[in-house]
Amino acid sequence: MAAFASVISPVCALVLGPLLLALINRTKAFVAGRRGPPLLQPYFDIAKYLRRGAVYGDATSWVFRLGPVVNLTVLFAALLIVPWGAIRSPLSFSGDLIVVAGLLAVGRFAIVLAALDTGSSFEGMGASREVHFAALAEPALLLALAVLARVTGALSLTPIYQGITASAWVAALPTLALAAMTLLVLALVENSRIPVDDPTTHLELTMIHEVMVLDHSGPDLGYIHYAAALKLWILGGLLVGLVMPLRSGALWLDGSAMLLGMAILAVVIGMIESAMARYRLVHVPQFIVGAATLSVVGFILILV
Amino acid sequence: MFALLETVHALGLLSCFALLGTSRIGACIRWLSFQGILFGLVPLIVHQGGLGWRAALLAGGNIALKGIGFPLLLLRLRARAETNREVEPFVSFVMSILFGIFALGLSVWLTSELKPALHQAPFVMLDSSIFLILVGLFLIISRRNALMQVIGYLVLENGIFVFGVITVVGTPLLVELGVLLDAFVGVFVMGIAIYHINREFGSIEVDRLSALKG
Repeated sequence: MAAFASVISPVCALVLGPLLLALINRTKAFVAGRRGPPLLQPYFDIAKYLRRGAVYGDATSWVFRLGPVVNLTVLFAALLIVPWGAIRSPLSFSGDLIVVAGLLAVGRFAIVLAALDTGSSFEGMGASREVHFAALAEPALLLALAVLARVTGALSLTPIYQGITASAWVAALPTLALAAMTLLVLALVENSRIPVDDPTTHLELTMIHEVMVLDHSGPDLGYIHYAAALKLWILGGLLVGLVMPLRSGALWLDGSAMLLGMAILAVVIGMIESAMARYRLVHVPQFIVGAATLSVVGFILILV
Repeated sequence: MFALLETVHALGLLSCFALLGTSRIGACIRWLSFQGILFGLVPLIVHQGGLGWRAALLAGGNIALKGIGFPLLLLRLRARAETNREVEPFVSFVMSILFGIFALGLSVWLTSELKPALHQAPFVMLDSSIFLILVGLFLIISRRNALMQVIGYLVLENGIFVFGVITVVGTPLLVELGVLLDAFVGVFVMGIAIYHINREFGSIEVDRLSALKG
């Protein structure tokens, strides 16, 4: 039973991850008055990419081919560590929250290297921006996790998320609310969502993430899309697990509450994307530093 | 009472960071109004039931002046000045926010040093008041726009007000209301000064004033 419980969170992520993207797109379409693509569209897209052949430019080397694979693998590894709200993860050890941040960084590093390997100045520009914002977003993630670690007194993600109960919320309401706001901003930043980047644009010069993957095709692009879905699931899971403090111990109850929470998160992100315009590029660092500040304030609030 | 104070503390810190990081003057004035109302409530929370109508008068006067009166005055000034509506700081917004973090650390340290001398004051409010004073001073020296300097002055005033409310328990009402009157006169005079600066220079950016040097 325990073994079964621990594989639930990775399996859910692998199966349901793309559904989250579909829900966001559906919400945006609904707000705009369209019907939107079917909920299974991301799965169709990924399946189609995987069936196609890949085209590699003459200027690219093995680094370019390695990028998407490393990125996806690293996210698989992160899924093994990140708990899903009350549901424990298969792997848990002291300090694993830093490993998760490191794994996300390795994935980004691989994609950035692949983008640089094409030799295209356009992709180089995107890589530069991605790294610039990531350098600000990473401390924010670590700070938010540090706040959670401090509140719950644990140093591993699974015990931390076990410790975020309703009574923890009552005891440290301002702090946890601030950490949740940081995590929401991070979910938008890391997944190149609208106030920071626009995942649907391919033609504008201000795009960040999309420009890096322009040269990938076929299965590689499929891997990248699937990895994007998993990353959204991981960061969304961290946020939903924090704001949904139901720790009943009953697997089906916790699991369905988390599922509901993830669906609500997707709708909220869709709403944010519909209601907001993208920030000018110079305002993005301000936005991310502001989010990190929230966590610093939260941390100081529990220190005193 | 403590949970309430902690919430006020957290929201107050957020409003300060918003003031440090916001680029539109109108938004800054609204944050200032929010902050005025928020800290106007402190006397009611701290002197629960103990002081009755005095605390109510103090809180009411503060909310009316700093939460409603000054912001309305500043909004009118901004509408009349018809200048650039951006803050245009000397120090960039990101650096301002980093200063805010530094100031927060400093105020926590100062508070823990002050605590033995002021043991009856709630820790979080002491922390808030020192932080407000630091941020107010920083806004005054780091912003080019005269309106933002008035806002900085009012943030500073909020800090001094909170410090007074929590540390000096037996201040006569007259003194506290006198301070409020001083702030009112101060902002009034600053409003008139800004109006004249704007008429003379066609702008309320204070670095234009260096043209006055012979």
